[in-house]
Amino acid sequence: MAEVKLFGSSGSPFSRRIEVALKMKGVEYEFIEEDVYNKKSPLLLKYNPVHKKVPVLLHNGKPICESVVILEYIDETWEGPSILPKDPYERAMVRFWVKFLDEKLVRSIGEEQEKAKEEATEFLKILEGTLSGKKFFGGDSIGMVDIVANFIAYWFMIPQELAGIDVLTKEKFPKLNEWMNEYLNCSIIKENLPLKDKLTALFQARFQAFAAAAAASVK
Amino acid sequence: MEEVKLYGFGPSPFSYRVIWALKLKGVKYEYIEENLPMKSPKLLQHNPVHKKVPVLVHGGKPISESLVILEYIEETWPENPLLPKDAHEKAMARFWIRFAEDKYPTLNTFFRTVGQDQQLAIKEALKVLQILEDQALGNNKFFNGNTVGLVDITFGWLAFWFDCIEETAGAKIIKSNNLPRLHEWIKNFKQIPVIQENLPSRDKLLAYLKTKREKILSRIFIPNGH
Repeated sequence: MAEVKLFGSSGSPFSRRIEVALKMKGVEYEFIEEDVYNKKSPLLLKYNPVHKKVPVLLHNGKPICESVVILEYIDETWEGPSILPKDPYERAMVRFWVKFLDEKLVRSIGEEQEKAKEEATEFLKILEGTLSGKKFFGGDSIGMVDIVANFIAYWFMIPQELAGIDVLTKEKFPKLNEWMNEYLNCSIIKENLPLKDKLTALFQARFQAFAAAAAASVK
Repeated sequence: MEEVKLYGFGPSPFSYRVIWALKLKGVKYEYIEENLPMKSPKLLQHNPVHKKVPVLVHGGKPISESLVILEYIEETWPENPLLPKDAHEKAMARFWIRFAEDKYPTLNTFFRTVGQDQQLAIKEALKVLQILEDQALGNNKFFNGNTVGLVDITFGWLAFWFDCIEETAGAKIIKSNNLPRLHEWIKNFKQIPVIQENLPSRDKLLAYLKTKREKILSRIFIPNGH
């Protein structure tokens, strides 16, 4: 029996965050694909009775829920490249930006179009500002903020294209676009993104449901 | 030791979270009261993104967001730990802290509503509180076990602000018979000396909440002009 199990969904950016973190630390794990839209497994409901959502990490039989909580747990439990910096002040900055991303940007995906576009633009401007002189939010290598920002790179861009909205343009957000290039080319990220066609098809079928879920989950 | 300053606001439960954590750890700090809704230049300089209290400034470096500040305090002053040592228990504590944050609006909606809407809001608030009662508290005196911790501090507003909010909004949600464990936790939490000695004036808070609710209600009942 695998010591580490991950209950997730390949279409979920929250679930993908955990896969990136486990791979960064070189942790072997068993992935259990949950059908989150149609039928959640009894085990998922058992391990996450409060929210009934993915991702859930199971380590030595004990469950941990909420992607950001899981990321901190992974960093504390396994050796390897750091997901969070060591210095308390820098850790506070990372936690601040993670909260910002999850609360402001993920929520703005769920709002109706014009409002979403305005809010997202405002928040993206703030993020753009923090990238000054850095390759990644984490500096020279990816860190927790980069992992949590994964949904910008894919789950934000595709609905944009589908809905014909253009928020994250190169002209308005040169640094964020550069970050996305670096990020998507980073091998650990490349191997943990769903195929674009698959994701596009998923979105076309699920646009509304996804937006509602993203707004409601904030995990 | 480097200077510690806290920018806060009297009626704000979020400011008190930081006060409680600093006092429980015996950290000396200077408190600066912000005269909200007017925001001082220093506050805007230290928290340009959200422009909110509380902000902790340690050795000139600002940290915003009460829950981020709590983790910083825990890591910077390890004496009298407020989080469990065990990684899984720590993860559970963080889970409940996030739950507290996510559900804060749901627990407060009844304050901003009347009539049917308020009844619905009270029902939703009760669902959240029932989860705390059944799943978060267990058989312990505090969320953190036998001693108070960050989860208790995060939910601390339920022990004092909540009943002022109930009184102002004309609702009674947490009772000794419907949520006995939570009711008991409220009693125990308020008996901790650091908490008891660091609470806002009840009269001032009620006055503040009364004005706030009046403003909210006046917006709901804007008469149609012709």
